Amino acid sequence: MAKFQCLAEAVAENLKDGDSVAFEGFTHLIPHAVAHEVIRQGRKDLTVMRMTPDIIYDQLIGMGCVEKMIFSFAGNPGVGLLRRFRDSLENGWPLQVEIEEHSHAAMANAYEAGAAGLPCAIFRGYRGAELTRVNPNIKFIKCPFTGEELAAVPSLRPDVAVIHAQRANAKGDVFIEGITGVQKEAVLAAKRSIVTVEEIVDDFGGISPNATVLPSWTVTSVVAVPGGAHPSYTQGYYGRDNAAYIEWDKVSSDRDSFTAWMEENVLKQGPEVFETRVAHLKNAG
Amino acid sequence: MTNFTPSEMMTVAAARALKNDDVCFVGIGAPSAACNLARLTHAPDITLIYESGTLGTAPNVLPLSIGDGELCKTALTTVSVPEMFRYWLQGGRITVGFLGGAQLDRFGNINTTVVGDYDNPKVRLPGGGGAPEIAISCGEIFITMKQSLRGFVEKLDFVTSLGHGKGGNDRAAHGVTTRGPTRLITDLAMWEPDPVTKEFTVTSLHPGVTRDQIRETVGWKAKFAEDVGETPAPEALELEVLRDLHARTKAAHEGK
Repeated sequence: MAKFQCLAEAVAENLKDGDSVAFEGFTHLIPHAVAHEVIRQGRKDLTVMRMTPDIIYDQLIGMGCVEKMIFSFAGNPGVGLLRRFRDSLENGWPLQVEIEEHSHAAMANAYEAGAAGLPCAIFRGYRGAELTRVNPNIKFIKCPFTGEELAAVPSLRPDVAVIHAQRANAKGDVFIEGITGVQKEAVLAAKRSIVTVEEIVDDFGGISPNATVLPSWTVTSVVAVPGGAHPSYTQGYYGRDNAAYIEWDKVSSDRDSFTAWMEENVLKQGPEVFETRVAHLKNAG
Repeated sequence: MTNFTPSEMMTVAAARALKNDDVCFVGIGAPSAACNLARLTHAPDITLIYESGTLGTAPNVLPLSIGDGELCKTALTTVSVPEMFRYWLQGGRITVGFLGGAQLDRFGNINTTVVGDYDNPKVRLPGGGGAPEIAISCGEIFITMKQSLRGFVEKLDFVTSLGHGKGGNDRAAHGVTTRGPTRLITDLAMWEPDPVTKEFTVTSLHPGVTRDQIRETVGWKAKFAEDVGETPAPEALELEVLRDLHARTKAAHEGK
């Protein structure tokens, strides 16, 4: 059964140095608050994975928490490139991050295979694509029935999955709606999971019988962090802070301004600050 | 004639290439504007799909990111990302995929991964995202990109997604049965692959564009079809709808 915890405790108990961790979210519901707590606790040597690593991976990399990143699209969505990620790859600052690069289809299939308890994912992909040359974890196998050659990649089974969702109920079941990305798969593929939610309610009420719900017994830790996805958004609660994504491009352009921003906005803050950051975005939810 | 920018011409020409019964996999930026312009003009029933899982979406304003709430709120339904890539894309249900990129070669192969060497990059770009499988799974591919020497190169630094490979039958030799890039829509011209060599060939110049302008903005020796037409200029209605869409989008993204 999921434990209700405070954020500092949830991170301390579930995420250790050297762990592999998926902070998932596809533009929507990105778990910023947890990533900031991980940075405050100074985790090191993490293998991070995500289909669309954006600002939080830029921050984790820039703060030296990351040893390796598995990904399929590393950008600041709607704005441009990830400057701290680039500085690491191009100049080795603060550390040279090792990368394992895939396509979206490969990552999505690999999480699904992880959730399904399979060792690898099989799909029709990567034909004529040069990632096959640089990533030894992309292989091809022959379908035993038709002879068709198909791509295979190892399943993704992180030590920890971290997601943000709309609500948990009193038992710790988690309800998630809107663009749900690969979050359900990531949680089911992981050994442990931390889920932050906008609110904890007695019961979910009249949701659809087919709603996406993660049962309490599939989740390790539930933490209420209102606004915890900011500057990403939570459908039904607050809109995306597009200005913050644009500002990040400037903040992250230079090592000093990045370090100063992290000091002021992450290291000196706690999870309670997120609620104030989304106050002006509530009408857009 | 109404005044229009090369960028507007590109979007309008790309929109016209889409049909009312198309099921279209849409990327952010120029493709998104073109697909929604088509939906708001001659193709009201077109199905627009974004890789975030939104199926049959009809955004009132253009999304800034591939997963904006507007896409989900105006969609027929939203599926998970694994379902999107497995059932809808790999399942062969998409008729047209729209791609752009940092570098393009004459055979419609695209690079969005890296400038320079992969292990020692000069500029590390975001990477392929959905492109490697969009490029091989959609019925056909439209590419839309502004012409420049930096973008239209003789040799890609990295092949992120397959177009016609080395030309001729090379695409089929990779085991790919879909048509691949069938149109390249730029700010200056319309290009189509030569039926035999599969090299992109200019079939139509946008109004006022010269052959020299094409040659000066392409890093390979540009080829022209026997009959090069002139792309019809944007009509007043097309421009009005496009400008309204951009104005609504700007207001919405700056609104708060």
